[in-house]
Amino acid sequence: MPSVLPLGDPAPPDGLLPAAAAEGAEQRAFGLYVHIPFCAVRCGYCDFNTYTATELGGGASQDAYASTAIAEVEFAAGAMLASGLPTRPLSTVFFGGGTPTLLPAEDLARILTASIRAWGLQPGAEVTTEANPDSVTPESLQLLADAGFTRVSFGMQSAVPHVLKVLDRTHTPSRVPEAVRWARDAGLAVSLDLIYGTPGESLEDWRYSLETALSYGPDHISAYALIVEDGTKLAAQIRRGEVPEIDDDDHAAKYELADELISAAGLGWYEVSNWSRTPEQACRHNLAYWRGDDWWGIGPGAHSHVGGVRWWNVKHPTAYANRLGSGASPAAGRETLDTETRNVERIMLEARLNSGLDIPSLGDTGRHAVAGLIADGLVDPVAAFKHRLVLTLKGRLLADAVVRRILPD
Amino acid sequence: MSPMARTAPVPAATDPAIIRNFCIIAHIDHGKSTLADRMLQYTGVVQSRDMKAQYLDRMDIERERGITIKSQAVRMPWELDGTSYALNMIDTPGHVDFTYEVSRSLAACEGAVLLVDAAQGIEAQTLANLYLAMENNLTIIPVLNKIDLPAAQPEKYAAELASLIGGDPEDVLRVSGKTGAGVEDLLDKIVRDLPAPVGDPDAPARAMIFDSVYDTYRGVVTYVRVVDGMLHPRERIQMMSTRATHELLEIGVSSPEPTPSKGLGVGEVGYLITGVKDVRQSKVGDTVTNLAKPANASLPGYADAKPMVFSGLYPLDGTDYPVLRDALEKLMLNDAALVYEPETSAALGFGFRVGFLGLLHLEITRERLEREYKLDLISTAPNVEYEVTLEDKKVVHVTNPSEYPTGKVAEVREPMVSATILAPNEFVGAIMELCQSRRGVMGGMDYLSEDRVEIRYRLPLAEIVFDFFDILKSKTRGYGSLDWKADGEQVADLVKVDIMLQGEQVDAFSAITHRDKAYAYGVMMTGKLRELIPRQQFEVPIQAAIGSRIIARESIRAIRKDVLAKCYGGDITRKRKLLEKQKEGKKRMKMVGRVEVPQEAFIAALTTDESKDKAKK
Repeated sequence: MPSVLPLGDPAPPDGLLPAAAAEGAEQRAFGLYVHIPFCAVRCGYCDFNTYTATELGGGASQDAYASTAIAEVEFAAGAMLASGLPTRPLSTVFFGGGTPTLLPAEDLARILTASIRAWGLQPGAEVTTEANPDSVTPESLQLLADAGFTRVSFGMQSAVPHVLKVLDRTHTPSRVPEAVRWARDAGLAVSLDLIYGTPGESLEDWRYSLETALSYGPDHISAYALIVEDGTKLAAQIRRGEVPEIDDDDHAAKYELADELISAAGLGWYEVSNWSRTPEQACRHNLAYWRGDDWWGIGPGAHSHVGGVRWWNVKHPTAYANRLGSGASPAAGRETLDTETRNVERIMLEARLNSGLDIPSLGDTGRHAVAGLIADGLVDPVAAFKHRLVLTLKGRLLADAVVRRILPD
Repeated sequence: MSPMARTAPVPAATDPAIIRNFCIIAHIDHGKSTLADRMLQYTGVVQSRDMKAQYLDRMDIERERGITIKSQAVRMPWELDGTSYALNMIDTPGHVDFTYEVSRSLAACEGAVLLVDAAQGIEAQTLANLYLAMENNLTIIPVLNKIDLPAAQPEKYAAELASLIGGDPEDVLRVSGKTGAGVEDLLDKIVRDLPAPVGDPDAPARAMIFDSVYDTYRGVVTYVRVVDGMLHPRERIQMMSTRATHELLEIGVSSPEPTPSKGLGVGEVGYLITGVKDVRQSKVGDTVTNLAKPANASLPGYADAKPMVFSGLYPLDGTDYPVLRDALEKLMLNDAALVYEPETSAALGFGFRVGFLGLLHLEITRERLEREYKLDLISTAPNVEYEVTLEDKKVVHVTNPSEYPTGKVAEVREPMVSATILAPNEFVGAIMELCQSRRGVMGGMDYLSEDRVEIRYRLPLAEIVFDFFDILKSKTRGYGSLDWKADGEQVADLVKVDIMLQGEQVDAFSAITHRDKAYAYGVMMTGKLRELIPRQQFEVPIQAAIGSRIIARESIRAIRKDVLAKCYGGDITRKRKLLEKQKEGKKRMKMVGRVEVPQEAFIAALTTDESKDKAKK
């Protein structure tokens, strides 16, 4: 998550949710996100809420982190119960970071076990962890699989050394196929994360990264355009002219290439930046974000959403640990969405999915915009005839503009 | 040295022989208001503790800019050699845009203090006003101000003044409005040197209006100088140009707060209140007479103010249109020179075409609208009035390029000005280059002193209304000063250049230019718009055309990517807020056909400053 938290309303210390949050909860899936705020080094492009080992101590240290996170798991289960929400078994769990695999696999397993103890786990649930190819071993991956993890998402980013160097990634490209093999051996599904548009990356570099990633036969690929966030080392380097500026046209060309090569390898897009080998292998946790399901985010700076209430935790691991240590909610702020806002979010989020939007549910502005969007080649006409608004390739690249055209004025 | 007067002469019972009416002629920042403040203080009409800097300039903008826009008159007592005199100080507007108002203020006086900054010397506008004063046969008292400044060169500028108006440099008074040095001597000199007003006390009343100000509580306050006869409260008066009659509700003098009196007699200066609400019913230059015993002839010199520069004013937010309309109505109450009519622009929506006396008048009006009425405005590039004769002999007056006739044009006439530029002689080359490039024809050049010259040019008004003064200032490192006055018209080879976005004409960017400059305008505007208009979901051609002939073209490539790659760890809130911000931004877009043009692009494209704003957002 980005290091700047939104502005919102104050969050109550008891973490209780308004009664409205419980309405219809039985029909909604419930997931868990666990943020692991540690990295071996901080990458130049990254503005996530993450810290290197030496930066933290006390309850926020890497050693104590699992216990602190479990404290929030227990707090969460209690607060939801006290707010009148039914206890729903987890349909998805996602460990992200930072670098979750910087913690001993035992710690990750311990947090997962505590979460299952609190809520239970649905049969066939998806349990993912992000991982750096450098920080896994066959043994650690096997331990995770035994604890209930089903999926691992490797931060491969690029197969080209000079690109990885600009990104400050420490792994050597040759570690990736090895790590993929170990994960498969442990019975885990594999996703590869790629980043395109890094300064200095040529179209051929990107093609090479895509071809290399696809040659490992992943079940899922995420390809994200590099975003230069304010306050990062990369932003400063660009400002000083040490590395070239980001070019949206270059990004567009690379996205088109990604879609072409990934599709040719037999994976299909299901969200703007995500492709899977079969619809079942889409990341269900990721889909839950776009579909407005409920999830609780564990960890400093983590975001949660339950029944139209969004909140986010305090950012610093020390403040986070202190809150939980005193029995208080670690939430820094929250917002309760009204009907109109929920509708805006629904359109904004569902437009990104290949399942698309239900056209009759759009307001007048949206329904009237459809013909123009088809004329501009942004929306698939065949789907539109069946009352679904689904983006074309060109439309995916202009998804935000499409959303602005279909939202009520 | 004179003491403060022990007894002040009473209005309506003052012998003209002890009245002195004067004004101060000075350039904008030469210290007129500070000197006036000091006089108010020394004559005792304002106590030191009540002293606000620049007491007479009432409006905030005036105080901030140091420019006097609306004049006022203050009556001050002063004693010399045992006699108490009544001094009327008439504050005049200091800027070239207000020449007519200046000339009426001058006509109310017998003398003028010519105030010049001892560190800067005389400026072109001051020369113009001095010329008006001499035309009105005023007695001139030359004064150098700011002698306390280290950079002051009193000898040099005293010689310059003496050579201009005749006389001995030794006779030029030296004062400091700031420290008060020499101010009492100046008051004495005003009494000694200026002639007393002359008039017929028994003739029908005639008073000249030299200013008219709208006051929220009192309605229009009219400032007059009585020439003949006498005006009394409660009697009915008549405005001689309009024949309108009013009851005189109140009459009095400012000292400096309004003080009612039993009347105003020959030579006296004061105010009238009749309860009218619109300054147009009380026009500067008009003559006031008594309805029961009216004068036969009005006083000379009355003329209607004529707007020279026109600009479209549009609210940024279309819903502010009624606010703008009401604001203009209110400003009009106080500004007889302001004219406007509703106008519609396809690009900018509903607004007004407003006529101004000049560029400063435009700027001040715009600033007042924005500040006093909290409006955000777009103003189109200023225009002059063209007289277009069609081949069928029909004549059209064009103040807005989009009204330029489409039929066969036989002849276009444009207004001309004669301009006087004063500057140190090292800048002569740069000034001539600038004036030539603006189609100017040189009229002559004189040395004012060893190193200062006066250059005279005849130029099309259209060539100086946009950015001429700013460029003059920068080319002369701030030393150049400009004065201009209307000087007939000329036939010129003018064309209308249209700008089109995706084939749609954008009326706000149309311009009437000389044929030789049409191409440059087209290239400049299309290039500017290419930088300013964000890329759209389709390619947008930008063209400049004369009629159907394209003279310049640019193109904005279609945008290919407009999507946020991911939502970090479920931070949907951030993404939604970004979207809300973008939606808010869309609301501030004006649609030209299908092209979304940000308000900022309109503002930037219509602004003179081309050099900056290149930095990418």
